[in-house]
Amino acid sequence: MSALIEGLFNGISIGSVLLIAALGLAIVFGLMGVINLAHGELMMLGAYTTFVVQNVFKPLGEPWFELYILFSLPVAFIVSALFGLALERGVIRFLYGRPLETLLATWGVSLILRQFVRSVNWLLVISIAVFCLCFFGGMAILKRLSHWERIRNWAITILLFISSAISIALGFLIDRVGTLALTKPWFSARNVDVTAPTWLRGGWKILGFQMPYARLFIIALTIICLLGVYWFLNRSTWGLRIRAVTQNRSMSACLGIPTAKVDALTFALGSGLAGVAGCAVSLLGSVGPNTGQNYIVDTFMVVVVGGVGNLFGTVVAGLSIGIINYLIGSGTLALIFTSTESLKPLVDFFLFFATSSMAKVMVFAIIITFLQVKPAGLFPQKGRTAEL
Amino acid sequence: MLQVSNLNVYYGESHILRNVDMSIPSGQMVCLIGRNGVGKTTLLKTIMGLLKSRTGEILFTGKPISKIATDRRVRMGIGYVPQGREIIPRVTVKENLLLGLEARPQGRKGNEAIPEEIFALFPVLKTMLSRMGGDLSGGQQQQLAIARALMGKPRLLVLDEPTEGIQPSIILEIEAAVKRIIAATGISVLLVEQHLHFVRQADKYYAMQKGGIVASGSTSELSQEIIQEFLAV
Ligand SMILES: Nc1ncnc2c1ncn2[C@@H]1O[C@H](COP(=O)(O)OP(=O)(O)O)[C@@H](O)[C@H]1O
Ligand SMILES: [Mg+2]
Repeated sequence: MSALIEGLFNGISIGSVLLIAALGLAIVFGLMGVINLAHGELMMLGAYTTFVVQNVFKPLGEPWFELYILFSLPVAFIVSALFGLALERGVIRFLYGRPLETLLATWGVSLILRQFVRSVNWLLVISIAVFCLCFFGGMAILKRLSHWERIRNWAITILLFISSAISIALGFLIDRVGTLALTKPWFSARNVDVTAPTWLRGGWKILGFQMPYARLFIIALTIICLLGVYWFLNRSTWGLRIRAVTQNRSMSACLGIPTAKVDALTFALGSGLAGVAGCAVSLLGSVGPNTGQNYIVDTFMVVVVGGVGNLFGTVVAGLSIGIINYLIGSGTLALIFTSTESLKPLVDFFLFFATSSMAKVMVFAIIITFLQVKPAGLFPQKGRTAEL
Repeated sequence: MLQVSNLNVYYGESHILRNVDMSIPSGQMVCLIGRNGVGKTTLLKTIMGLLKSRTGEILFTGKPISKIATDRRVRMGIGYVPQGREIIPRVTVKENLLLGLEARPQGRKGNEAIPEEIFALFPVLKTMLSRMGGDLSGGQQQQLAIARALMGKPRLLVLDEPTEGIQPSIILEIEAAVKRIIAATGISVLLVEQHLHFVRQADKYYAMQKGGIVASGSTSELSQEIIQEFLAV
């Protein structure tokens, strides 16, 4: 009995990590159809944000430090959502309906982000800020001109050139005269560690085994996020707009729905959820520039198996993949068959896969087989969005 | 209310609309007739901003709207009931109606109630509020589509073949509803229609052939030859 509960708990806890990581993608990929390969990096951004918030809270002393994780959740959401918003406005909105270009562009963005956390320092931040100030400030001023439409392309080219020149020159200048503190990378390429507050360390002993509090926290967080997303999509005004736009974009525009705003908001929401997921996974291990990569394949897998565009499917898929993964990886499946002598080869077979990395191989194989039978996933979407 | 001048529209390289001129006076109902495939829907889509014109100008209440995005045109007061109805399928009837509120100039504000006039015009909808839009029959969807457009209180209502593929009794209901809407609100209407009876309700007609306007005038002087030539009956 306790073994069963333990297996279920561990499976659900692996599943809930998968699920919280996949939730944002279920919106961005599932609802909007955008293949965002930088989704993992948005998670990583959330994880690094948690690290920064933790360092800000450290000097504040005991009662405050215990609570930093609760602060870092909304901060991670906002940071990732803002970055997602910039990504949508700056890159992805030009690529709607062009999956290959989106794939390549977002892959590029993921590489940039990975390098960004490796080398980010005050100098880089200042240079980027100056560039944005020059470029967008200049745009705002030039837009007031009456003949803006005619000079638009020229103006953008020249502004781009001038702003980069100014920010690069400033960068060199600061590099010459500035102190080392300005050019020292914030995180460096090595992994950083988020220390869980004491109330998340240890575990809850029940029936002879232990449920780690950090895992319980992630399960609770996943449930809250799921309920929040469900409420937002099905009960709020913006949720209705999002559903309308994902089901029939051109008719939604003909109803007066600002589709461009809806796209931006949807993407920001999905990205923000990636940030929250990043905050959650930072509790499970150290965080590095490649953290996002560890999750990107899994998250796409969960969304595809669940049936693209179906939140409920994503939940079922996340939990089942988690449970199957645990049953195989822990050798529980092999144990079931040991009692029967004639099933010896089967036991050997499952024992072979009873490590976490081999379990992944087997889960992958199972999923590929499953998708041969049901290519549209567990809960295929009916209607016109499915035909796209 | 609406002026279209010298409009040329292409699908890729095929020239669909050729030098279309048309005007809808305020408070009048104008009917556009023509056989299948002459470009009626294309003209309506261009007015809504779903298609771009290569040349030409569209004025709505005197303002040029060719460069304005679809959703802003709608909020300026153009209600659209497309061919094929385009009900949002996996959203309830009530939510479909609430989406109609987005067309108000200031956008939708919270959860407003659906006005009784809508149910007075289309009583069927009242009993179906919690059904999915995609589960309604064709006639019900058509009524929903018109009701949805009216929720935004448009100044110009654009209807693309509202009676296409609908059983005769419901056609009469829809016709009567459109008449009552015009009587009650003084709205301008642009109608694409194949049923002669409905066409005769309009004040003015334009006849289209091969992407151009070839005849126009008052519907009271619709001659038998014109009807023979341009209506697919
Ligand atoms: N998406 C499209 N791509 C290319 N050609 C189209 C498309 N839609 C319509 N057409 C062509 O444009 C012409 C006008 O179509 P349409 O405006 O729908 O006609 P109507 O509404 O008068 O029946 C037709 O010849 C049709 O084949
Ligand atoms: Mg048509």
